[in-house]
Amino acid sequence: MAPETGEMRKRTFVVTRFDPDKDQVPKTQTYEVACRPDWKVLDALNHIKDEIDPTLSHRWSCRMAVCGSCGMNVNGEPKLTCKTQLADYGEVVEVEPLANFPIVRDLVIEMDGFMEKFKSVKPWVIVAKEKAAEEGPNRQSPEELSAFKQFSMCINCMLCYAACPVVAKEPHFLGPAAIALGHRYNMDSRDEGAAERNEVFRGEGTVFHCSYANECTEVCPKNVDPAAAINQAKLNAVVDWAASFVVKRNG
Amino acid sequence: MMESFRHDVIVVGGGGAGLRAAIAAVEADPKVTVALVSKVYPMRSHTVSAEGGAAAYVEGKGDSLEKHAYDTVKGSDFLAAQDSVDYFVEQAPLELTRLEHWGCPWSRNDDGTVATRPFGGMAVPRTWFAADKVGFHMLHSLFQHSLRFDRIVRYDEHFVTKLLVDDGAVKGVAALDIRSGAMRMFQGRAVILATGGAGKCFPFTTNGNIKTGDGMSLAYRAGVGLKDMEFVQYHPTGLPGTGILITEASRGEGGYVLNAEGERFLVTRDYGVGQKAELGPRDMISRAEILEIEAGRGIKGPYGEFVQLDLRHLGEAKIMAKLPFVRELSKIYAGVDPVHEPIPIRPVLHYMMGGVDTDVRGATPLPGLYAAGEVACVSMNGANRLGSNSLTECLVFGARAGREAVAYGRGASDGQEARLRAAAEEEGARIDALRGRKRGSEKIAALRSEMQTAMESGCGVYRKQESMQQAVSDLARIKSRYDDIALEDASKVFNTEILAALELGAMLDVAQAIAVSAAHRTESRGAHACRDFPQRNDRDFLYHSMVFHEESGPRLDKKSVTITRFQPEERKY
Ligand SMILES: Cc1cc2nc3c(=O)[nH]c(=O)nc-3n(C[C@H](O)[C@H](O)[C@H](O)COP(=O)(O)OP(=O)(O)OC[C@H]3O[C@@H](n4cnc5c(N)ncnc54)[C@H](O)[C@@H]3O)c2cc1C
Repeated sequence: MAPETGEMRKRTFVVTRFDPDKDQVPKTQTYEVACRPDWKVLDALNHIKDEIDPTLSHRWSCRMAVCGSCGMNVNGEPKLTCKTQLADYGEVVEVEPLANFPIVRDLVIEMDGFMEKFKSVKPWVIVAKEKAAEEGPNRQSPEELSAFKQFSMCINCMLCYAACPVVAKEPHFLGPAAIALGHRYNMDSRDEGAAERNEVFRGEGTVFHCSYANECTEVCPKNVDPAAAINQAKLNAVVDWAASFVVKRNG
Repeated sequence: MMESFRHDVIVVGGGGAGLRAAIAAVEADPKVTVALVSKVYPMRSHTVSAEGGAAAYVEGKGDSLEKHAYDTVKGSDFLAAQDSVDYFVEQAPLELTRLEHWGCPWSRNDDGTVATRPFGGMAVPRTWFAADKVGFHMLHSLFQHSLRFDRIVRYDEHFVTKLLVDDGAVKGVAALDIRSGAMRMFQGRAVILATGGAGKCFPFTTNGNIKTGDGMSLAYRAGVGLKDMEFVQYHPTGLPGTGILITEASRGEGGYVLNAEGERFLVTRDYGVGQKAELGPRDMISRAEILEIEAGRGIKGPYGEFVQLDLRHLGEAKIMAKLPFVRELSKIYAGVDPVHEPIPIRPVLHYMMGGVDTDVRGATPLPGLYAAGEVACVSMNGANRLGSNSLTECLVFGARAGREAVAYGRGASDGQEARLRAAAEEEGARIDALRGRKRGSEKIAALRSEMQTAMESGCGVYRKQESMQQAVSDLARIKSRYDDIALEDASKVFNTEILAALELGAMLDVAQAIAVSAAHRTESRGAHACRDFPQRNDRDFLYHSMVFHEESGPRLDKKSVTITRFQPEERKY
């Protein structure tokens, strides 16, 4: 857009570069960019891509903090770059790919592992008998809705994985977003699949590995509060397990 | 040898329409497998950004299918195909209900029924919503539900570059695996395009970076006509600078539109919206804003003049309950808190009414090729779509296309593999030659911005013959320069420069189709408002414009409109 007003400010961007065809290890490259005062980190990256260096690779799309594509580490912290104001930063801004993920190229990370964890919690409505559309919508009270609504706000940006100290040590840990998602369905009054998901939660590398660091909740750009979801999920998975034990014994 | 995959149906695009089509296809036949090929992970698709709601009849609100149909046809300025509209309104409640069964967190009334809100041009509150993140919740619900089906095989981050046609029918696609840089062939008896719109042809748009009209160009290049391309929707409430949308739901919930003098001009002056005021249709409100600014009643800002959207009287509690995302977006991207200040707004390019020509089944005239969602023109939106109709459209016509593609596939052949492979290899060679092609003197970013400027000045909210003709000739020039672009990135892995080049190629096709169609329509209808021809002219222009690709340039044609129960009348509110 018309860059005629506002104080432009020169900043130095130190950006991770990595091309697996050429590089053994990631390196950094420095770009000087005159930035508008209202720019986000993503605006500067797009400027670099368009005007300075078309070989830089990064993911982005909606630029309104909802598609979840543009998560990166900015000065060491996981951020959604389209909503991260440059005004909050100094002269030098360091942009790296999200931590705790393999790098595909430059600022692009590999998501395969995340997608598998995501699917493993069975993030869909499980019911014994499916209804036909002609039967009309379920009733769900505003209170029932609010029991899970917050946990349904995750945009899958994966900042919580980049922040999580457990993911860093144990890559197989299910991780905050996936647990929050499974928990979201468990808390939905329309769902009957909690037993199945709790079994997943009780499995190897899952809910019990969380060390309550709370980093996930702190970096979440959508206030999903995955740490709360994990806490509740842990408790429910235990209670559910204990209950099934009692039932088995008695029955 | 090029890697190849075979599925019964190939769905291109993982947004609302593509996911719904894939689910419908596997549900239609327990043996069918679907390739879901998408240039971004499905949950990144731009459906995610839709805020306001999805329209469908609900019981007990004084609504009827006929009313929804009439509102839609009137909103379209009588250019909608009424068979498509009838099918749409009838299926709409069933589709939104399915999504409810699949977990979509629709907002609720106290009694647990689904809540609805008023929307522009709709006679009754029939817009279902999940606060103001409707597209986000719909997309995530669909995506998560789709994971249940092992027969939906995803090929994430695969960029389709060509339709493979054999013996007069579509039999697959060639796609670039973005991560490896390898070309791959996808063979299938039917292909469904669900690639979304093309807002990025314009400089100032609500659309995300991925909305580059790829599917329109793919079909166009395969000989399918693009229909009603001149009708592009400007949304009246975009944030200056970024173009980020402030949803129409903010007016549905009672927001006011004000000029610099704090006057509700949609109420105090005659802009054709009548009693509807802020809930008039988008084309009319966008024009009113432009006229206010031209009359000197706009406010000057760093990104041009704007008017304002005032939500203060709704109060913090209502804003937080119904419009929390609007508040978040206004704070981050405009630096204002709508609880305390009005939001700066101006018309912003938003939606393509036109697209790949299909009938009510989602079938294009090319056998084996289907299209649904914003890429398609099933002609339910005519010359102006009503807000909240298109999310529902993605579901209704996505599902229909999925079922029709499966039915068609039962009687179709697989096509000659050797010939398809040869075509895919040839396409692979073209992509290889383009990657890192240093010779050439034109820059992608520069050409893209010239194209966008041409589109904004030629095909804006108000249009003039002269400026439209100018856009047509500018675009022809830009297109010939496109053949001379230089690319610097020769690496295969996640090369986004070559994607940008391919996307620019697609956008130039689409932009040209828009400009040529616009320049030929010397009347005003719906979103196509000509200063030199301010009246609608049913005698000469009650038809769909068609554009076909020819080596020499776009060729115009026309197609008749299906009019059944609603005869054209003056469009007044
Ligand atoms: C900000 C905003 C708000 C909106 N709000 C509303 C609203 O409240 N109500 C309403 O009814 N409508 C709304 N709309 C309109 C509506 O959201 C869209 O028309 C609709 O979501 C389009 O969905 P789609 O499935 O057709 O395309 P998209 O969701 O755009 O998906 C397109 C898919 O195609 C894929 N694709 C594209 N090109 C290629 C290629 N070359 N190769 C492979 N894959 C490809 C992409 O990866 C993506 O998965 C809004 C639109 C915007 C921009």
